[in-house]
Amino acid sequence: MADVAVVDRLAQLTLFADLRWPELEAVAHTFDEDVFGAGQRVLRQGISGGAFYVILEGEASVVIDGQERSRLGRGDFFGEISALTGEVPIADIRAETLLRCLTLPGPQLETFLLERPTVMLRMLQAEARRLRDSNRWN
Amino acid sequence: MELAKPFPPGDYDVVVIGSGPGGLQTSYFLHRLKVDHAVLSADDGPGGMFRRFPLFERLISWTHSSADVSRQSREYESHDQNSLVADEPELRALVPQEISEGHRRPAREEMEAGLRAFTERAEVAVRYGCRWESTTQQDDRLVLVTEDGEYRCRAAVFAIGMTDPWVPPIPGLELSHHYVHVENAPDRYRDRRVVIVGKRNSAFEVGEGIVRQGVRELTLVSPRPPDLGRLARSPLRPWYLTPYDEHVRGAPGRYVLNASVERVERGASGYLVHANDPTRPEPLVLEADDVIAATGFEARLQDLPALGLATVLDGRLPALSPFFESLTLPGVFFAGNVTQAAQGLRKHGVASVSSMVCGFRYNARILARHLAETVFGTPIERPLVEPDRVVAYLLSELDRAPELAMQKGYLARVLTVDSAGIRDEGILPLEAFVDGEGDGVAVTLEFDVDEEIRPVLYVRRRAVLRETVLPPHPLRKYDALAYREALDELLRPLS
Repeated sequence: MADVAVVDRLAQLTLFADLRWPELEAVAHTFDEDVFGAGQRVLRQGISGGAFYVILEGEASVVIDGQERSRLGRGDFFGEISALTGEVPIADIRAETLLRCLTLPGPQLETFLLERPTVMLRMLQAEARRLRDSNRWN
Repeated sequence: MELAKPFPPGDYDVVVIGSGPGGLQTSYFLHRLKVDHAVLSADDGPGGMFRRFPLFERLISWTHSSADVSRQSREYESHDQNSLVADEPELRALVPQEISEGHRRPAREEMEAGLRAFTERAEVAVRYGCRWESTTQQDDRLVLVTEDGEYRCRAAVFAIGMTDPWVPPIPGLELSHHYVHVENAPDRYRDRRVVIVGKRNSAFEVGEGIVRQGVRELTLVSPRPPDLGRLARSPLRPWYLTPYDEHVRGAPGRYVLNASVERVERGASGYLVHANDPTRPEPLVLEADDVIAATGFEARLQDLPALGLATVLDGRLPALSPFFESLTLPGVFFAGNVTQAAQGLRKHGVASVSSMVCGFRYNARILARHLAETVFGTPIERPLVEPDRVVAYLLSELDRAPELAMQKGYLARVLTVDSAGIRDEGILPLEAFVDGEGDGVAVTLEFDVDEEIRPVLYVRRRAVLRETVLPPHPLRKYDALAYREALDELLRPLS
């Protein structure tokens, strides 16, 4: 059973911007919630079986081979690449503050997206932006 | 003459709150490690949640009366998910002694009797009838205020269970009875129409119980479908699933619905439950004589959130470190069922079994060692393992260790390497090893994405961690040549 507050917070995230109330409630019931302390790792480079995460509050860093590469905040998501390709993560995600996330087991992400094409489109747009930005850096 | 109550108010190194299986198991291990502590309980006897629950049915966890190993052995723990564990053979396997002939799962009363027997034989002292009421911090001490007076301590362990009713804010749901207030009287639900809000174990358990009592119409309703496709990772157990079985086969008056409940109101006779299935055009209106909210539970955290305790799941559980300490309130630890909040890696979405005795009894040993070492500086034994014995030792742990068999993907046997040699660190949370430092190896048993059980090795050398998932064995016997060769190869860099 999800709290109304969680559904309200979901409604404010870009990824779920196109969903209406009953669909948002269903999303809140599908995801679990997990909280990490500052310094705790959420995803681990090279370790299989990770989940998909959407940040509800707090800040996380993307760390590759011990080097911080970028920061993530509210509404950002991660873990989708491993969940969709079955490959191990290529980065650590480390909580920098108390970090509250929605989480979905990796094996369930594909079905979740197929049932919600608008969420899939929002995710694709975000991935396209990330690809564009990484091309700019190179 | 009544004996004086143990643990009068005052200063203690550790105070444990609760006399359910989590509190008893923690006190037992703290005592073994000679950590000074008091145990306080609001109840008037041991047993915790098993003094009241489950309401109708036997427990969902197994105790096999016949096994190929002695009941007093460590291996038997994998055959008996319900007893507390102990180093002394005579304190082991006390629940099977209480189970009546022909059953493989204890009734509530049998579980309670097993816990009482452990309390008596292990001489776990508890100050009963002493309710923890509020909490303050003074310098580096926690002060637990009880009805008997104040207890000051350096660390507190809250083994408070998760049995307070939790009800989502659905209008009118306050008209229902929550699971904890359901009466188990023989004819209470006979010939009645009952709607149960919820589809987890407590919902199915009540459903199963009142089907036997002759309920006329039974409907279980909640948004999330029951998690039956992946039985190994689902908390639901088949013993409670008669209502679901009858629903899928089309028995009259048996319904299990995936819909969100929007409101409950009084009708001409009884109640109307308004529900919405997003895949259907019009709302559902369910007529009921009784509405039961099996909507879950929360830990009674009292004033800890006001002191800064971070929580998860709408405040129902504390946010915990891998060693069961609050992420935000140092010195505040949890034991028992609440340790499910320390989620571990949850690889492939597989949860720990820390919500059950068979999971948290091992968490309690880890917590006691952690407290003894980090808070009080008590040296913990870490025996050396001869290098040529390492592979055989790890394989025998994969074959026999109950901790690995119960807490899959969550607890690991850990060896570390230092200048003196290879040390046995004991059973630790896998997350603590994976996110730790130093050369070493951890072994676990884990479910893979297809629910196959596989041994997994984590080897760290020079700060680089490598995970290797080994093939499954159909009889789960890992002391075989293929595994020996694989471990020889994987562990060579450490020697």
